[in-house]
Parts: sequence; structure tokens; C-alpha cells
Amino acid sequence: MRSDSGISIWFFIGSLLTIYGALILGYGLYSLAVPPVKPTVLAELHADIWWGAVLLILGVAYSYTHLPSRKS
Amino acid sequence: MTHLIALSPLDMAIICIYFAFVLYIGYYLKESSSTGDDFFLAGREMTAWIAGLSFLSANLGSLELMGWAAAAYQYGILSVHWYWIGAIPAMLFLGIVMMPFYYISKTHSVPGYLQLRFGEPSRLLSAVTFAFMTVLMSGINMYSMALVMKVVLGWDINFSIWVSSITVAIYVALGGLRSAIFNEVLQFFLIWFGAMLIPILGLIESGGFAGLKARIIANLGSDSYTHAWSTLGSFNDNPMGIHWTGIVLGLGWVISFGYWTTDFLVVQRVLAAKDLRSAKMAPIIGAAFKMMVPFIVILPGLLGLALLPFKLTGEAEAVATGGHSYNEVLPLMLARYCGPGLMGLGITALIAGFMSGMAGNVSAFATVWTYDIYRAIWRKDATDAHYVSMGRWCTILGVLVSIGTAYLVMQFQSIMDYVQALFSFFIAPLFGTVLLGMLWKRATPAGGFWGLLSGTVGSIAMWAWVKADPSAIRYIALSSNAKDMAENMYRGLWSWIICVAVTVIVSYMTKPKPESELKGLVYGCTDIPSEEHVPLLQKPAFWAVAVSLVFFALNIIFW
Repeated sequence: MRSDSGISIWFFIGSLLTIYGALILGYGLYSLAVPPVKPTVLAELHADIWWGAVLLILGVAYSYTHLPSRKS
Repeated sequence: MTHLIALSPLDMAIICIYFAFVLYIGYYLKESSSTGDDFFLAGREMTAWIAGLSFLSANLGSLELMGWAAAAYQYGILSVHWYWIGAIPAMLFLGIVMMPFYYISKTHSVPGYLQLRFGEPSRLLSAVTFAFMTVLMSGINMYSMALVMKVVLGWDINFSIWVSSITVAIYVALGGLRSAIFNEVLQFFLIWFGAMLIPILGLIESGGFAGLKARIIANLGSDSYTHAWSTLGSFNDNPMGIHWTGIVLGLGWVISFGYWTTDFLVVQRVLAAKDLRSAKMAPIIGAAFKMMVPFIVILPGLLGLALLPFKLTGEAEAVATGGHSYNEVLPLMLARYCGPGLMGLGITALIAGFMSGMAGNVSAFATVWTYDIYRAIWRKDATDAHYVSMGRWCTILGVLVSIGTAYLVMQFQSIMDYVQALFSFFIAPLFGTVLLGMLWKRATPAGGFWGLLSGTVGSIAMWAWVKADPSAIRYIALSSNAKDMAENMYRGLWSWIICVAVTVIVSYMTKPKPESELKGLVYGCTDIPSEEHVPLLQKPAFWAVAVSLVFFALNIIFW
């Protein structure tokens, strides 16, 4: 659904996921270089890297697909 | 001050970005919410997906998330019934059977439907009870959320209450239901992405579901925590002390059908759908996702049972011993697996849950107040712009009253004990009235009103009777050992029966409306568009059957 002026709800969702994905992935990569003092359980799986990547990919896909300039 | 979780600057940034987004959405949508239909019904242009996700999101409050994770820790997998039999049949029934009448009648609200079907007295009675229940629930949820934020994050209670509620007030007052729905869909995604890592990592740590069950059995010495139905043959065989009849008749019938089919908080989202087929599909889409919510709510509670190195207790004992309470199981699991960034996302999910629930309450309150109380009693012929303005102001008023209620609860915490009772007072009889109104042509305006009133009064009287004489519970809940939850369910069932019986008796004693006045309102008098020529994959009935099959499969798998 779009508002009258044309921005789809999915674009908002995509934008937020993109920002969150970039932040979480960025921190995950940083913590590879500088491991945290108190690691969480299963920290060796680096959930922040792959979960951040999932958010980023989905966010970019949603944002691109529902770009206001691509409005039909 | 001690608290469970310390947030990093990255976590704070993630939370702040979330607040900025929801406020921007409200501001952005202000211009497209200028008419009554825009403000109160989001222009009736929502797709089935948007309406369906919003329908579910309005129900997915953070207290729901934390409360049911806590219940799963306390009672095991039995808690899943509140997501499956306690929701799915009712949601499908709403979509397939009831939605056509709500939608075709073009009503703004559930009390509005009662006005069309039974007249002004029934509308006013249900509108006043709904408005009262909504602001009370909203305040109680607000206080509980602020309390959790204090325990988990060390945030000041006043700060949590005012910041989150003012944010909700701004974006709903600006953009109306459209803004609430936009944000609810956004919040739906945040809740899932913020909470889903816990079960994924938890299952990895415990060695899959088989490993999880083995650990619970090893920790508790019983497998009753991992079976949904097989322990319900006797009150004594399961951790909840409940019988299958209570689950099926009390929860699965009256409480669930009452909430999902007549509580305007959720029904309003579906009324915003762009056409009848979308309105029918929306609850079915909601039901499909509702079935999966236990993955992010019940599973973390079970993982807590299996993996946490210490035992959680009730609130009072936790305060006395300095330990952790059941209610903290979800934040504890979050802290176990999530470092900076992911923690912020998880906390944002909890805040998003709270805000979506509150936005649902205030947008529904604004609609019922404006159309079913203010317009019905004081200003019948005002302009559309006047009602929109009233809607904006009473959104803010609703939030302020909710804040007042939150502070009232802070002073008199025993109010919390009465929350569940409210549902049986108002929702269970309302379900009887709406159901008969939609499916029985002979139901008369007098029958509808007196049935609703007697069901409500009867429910309050039963509650007062047990308060005055606790031994009376053996008559209400059929067992002197029944707990509060069982009492609420049985009271709901009795009040529904009273409502239906009185409606039927009074209807046979009074004159029915002519059929010409029942068009679009009642089964048998309403032309429901045929779906014969709609492709199979676009038929709501097809998807309802598909969801039903998965529902049965899940119950059998976790039997």
C-alpha cells in the first residue's frame, strides 16, 4: 500500500532494515578484529555478522523494489 | 541500581532510529488523513497483507511476548494453546463467516454494527464498555511495560511511560489509523527480526528440539512440560492444573471467539481492507503468522527451562530472594545470545510490541469515542472535518487517560488482578450478541440489548459472588480447586450462555425487524458476492483450509 504521495510501507520497512543491517553487520565485523571483553553464549557463531547481513540484503531488496521513483 | 542488561551506544542508536522512523511516518502521513474515512478507516484501501499483518501486530504487545514466554517457562508447552486453539479457529471464523457482514454493512466499528442491527441502546452499551476497557487495558499495559524496562534496563518508570506514550500519541494523532497500521506493519517485522535469533541460537545450543526436550526432562524429571494435549485428561497431570474441556470450551470457544471476532481493537484493522476479499483474507493471513508466533515466544520460555543455569520464580519470591522472575525469561535469553547491536534490535522489538499494542488501543478508542459516543449522543450532524478533529484530540486524550490509569495502577497494584476478569465481563457476552445478530434473522433489537446487558451484569455478579464468598467458585468453575484463569474462562462461558438465552427469549417475545432492514447485516438477508469464478489460489476459503490443516498438524506433532 502506498500513501497518497507515493511512498510504500515496504519502502519504509526496507530502509529501516538496511540501516539496522549495516549497523549490526558493521559491529560484527569490528568485533572480529576487537573481540568483546564479555562474549555472549555462542559468540563464536558470529550471529551479528550473518544476521546483520540478512537484514541488510532484505532491506536493500525491499527498498529497491519499492523505491518511490519506481512507482507504477 | 542493578538491572539485567546494559545497553551500548550502538543499542541506543538503534532504539533512537526506531523512534525517529515511527514519528516520521506519522508526520509523513498527516496530509493523507484529512477525511473521516482516511483518519478512522485508513481510507479503506489496505491490501490483505497489510491489514492481516496489522491485525496480528495490534495483538502482539510486548507484554504478550514476555508474558507468554514466562508462561511457557512456568507451564511448559501448554501455553501454546493461547496461540493455536485459542486463536486460529476464531480468526478463520472471522474471515470466512463474520467479515462479510462487518464489511458489507460499511460500519466504522463493532458498536456501529450493533447500532445498525439492534439499535442505539446496544451500540451505546457496547461503546461505553469498550472505551472503558480499552483505556484501562492500555494504562495497565503501559505500567507493566515501564516496570519491565526498569527491571531489565534500569530505565526510570516515568521516562518509559511518557516517552513511549507521547510518541504513540503523536504518530496516531497525526496520521490516524493509516499511521497506526503503517507502524504496526513495521513493528511486525521488527518483532520478528528482533526476537527470532533467540530460538535459532537456543535450538543450536540445546541440540535441536529433541535435545531441548531431553534437557527439560532431565531438569524437571517429567515430560509433561513438552506435551500440548496428552496431559489434559486430568486436572492433576499437567503443570497448569487444567482439563481439556476448559481449554476447548472456555479458551477455544468463548474467550477466543469473543476476542478475535468482536474486539474492535483487532477488527478495526480488517475493516480498513480495500475490498471484501481482502477483508476476508486478512484474518487468514494473520492466522497463518499467529500459528508461528510460538516460535519466538513459547520456544524461548522452554529454552529457558532447558538451558538457564538457575531457576526462575514468581515475582514475590524473586523480589525477596534477589533472584529472577518468570517474566524475565525473554530478556534473560536475549542477554544470553545477543551482544551490542543485536541487543538493541531485541529491545527495539519489545518496545515496538508495546507501541503497536498501544496504538491499537488508542486508535480504536478514538473511533469508538468519536462515532459511537460523541456523535451518537452530542453532535449528530457535525461536519466530517469536525469528527476528524475530534478523533485527533481524543487520541491524545485517550493516551493521557491511559497514562493516568498507569499511575493509578502504580498506586493500587491489585487492579492488575482484575484485568483478565474485564474480558469475561464485556467481550464474552458481546460475542453472543454479535453472533446472533449476524446469523439469526429473528433476533430483535430488544433481544440484542437485554441479552448483552444481562450477560454483562451476570458476569460481574458472578465475579462479585466469588469475591464475597470464595467457596462459590465450585459453582462457577465447576471445581473448588479452580485457579483464576479457569474461573475467568468458565465465567466467560456462563455469561455468553446468559446472553444468548436472554436474547433468544426476549426476541421471541418481541417483534422482529422486517427483512428489508436486515439487508447487509444478517445471514440470509445479505447478498455475499460469489467467489465461484475466482482462481483457487485467490479464494479465502482455500487458504482457510490450508491454515486449518497446518493447525491440526501442529497440534498432532506436539500432542
